[in-house]
Amino acid sequence: MDAVGLTPFLLLGALLFVCGTLCMATKRNAIGILMGVELVLNGATVNFVAFAYFNPVFEIEGQIFALFVIVLAAAEAAVALAIVLNFYNNHSTVDVDTAEELKG
Amino acid sequence: MDFLYPILFWLLAALIGVSAVAMVVTQNIVRAATWLLFTLAGVAGIFFLLSADFVGATQLLVYVGGTLVLVVFGVMLTAQGPFINLKIAAGEWAIAAVVGIGFFSLLAFTLINAKFDFPVPEQSQVATTAPLAAGAADGDPLIGDKGTGHRSLAASVVLGEALLGFEKTAPEAAVTGPRDVMAVPAPLPGMPPPSSRQARLVPVLKRQKMAYLLPFEIVSVHLLVVLIGAAYLARSKRRRGGA
Repeated sequence: MDAVGLTPFLLLGALLFVCGTLCMATKRNAIGILMGVELVLNGATVNFVAFAYFNPVFEIEGQIFALFVIVLAAAEAAVALAIVLNFYNNHSTVDVDTAEELKG
Repeated sequence: MDFLYPILFWLLAALIGVSAVAMVVTQNIVRAATWLLFTLAGVAGIFFLLSADFVGATQLLVYVGGTLVLVVFGVMLTAQGPFINLKIAAGEWAIAAVVGIGFFSLLAFTLINAKFDFPVPEQSQVATTAPLAAGAADGDPLIGDKGTGHRSLAASVVLGEALLGFEKTAPEAAVTGPRDVMAVPAPLPGMPPPSSRQARLVPVLKRQKMAYLLPFEIVSVHLLVVLIGAAYLARSKRRRGGA
């Protein structure tokens, strides 16, 4: 059952993390940046659950922290989307390059 | 059915990798949201593969069903004409590619060369055969595989007890099959004698050092605050300057 091992799961988490950072860095749409944050958090969650599976000491802790990460990511997405919508209402754009001053 | 595990893992990993990279590469925000959907669903599959059933179900419900719907609504509310395709320059693509490949190479080099020495529980020698046989007979070989005792219980039950700070420490639970709390399974070849099965029906609850009830409560209050804050921030106001 351990034919795959821990390292491929960690590599998958690293790939998600790198894609998330690139998404945050390259997207000009504010919601695209938000999607990049979701990707980074998913990479962290994959690492948590993988360590929970392969290290019996952390098998509860890993899953519980993964649950917390998921819930907090949902909260973060709600607040960030509210800010983006507010910004769109005030500036009529979601291009973050035009958002040098967030005074509203 | 052991051969299914690597096949499923690499299929899901390919799905996640392709979707994540396509999400970075695409310029269209609606397509990026669709690729994000495939990525999140694939990660949920990875959680099921790691026998974290409850986390996988939560990922599907909260992320795919909640957060992604929120993101899609945000896209729909703001995707007008020029904002669907916001392009960046080719030089920035080159910098992003170099940084991304270098970053991933660094992480991959570190992870491949890392040595993880995890403590092996003592019962694992005893429990290598019986849970596998029971799980395979149950048609679900992915549950009772590690033989650490927790694994043989339903995952959500263990998580709920961990939130309250209790841990099920019946030593007989290490050599039993999955779902032993719910029902008494029919005697199978490779199962322990009935005396130990009687014993594990009365699970021993022991206080753990760590309880997660306080973080759970803090998270729920945090969610309430976030709900109120988001509703306050995104409330409809009179727009300035038309559009």
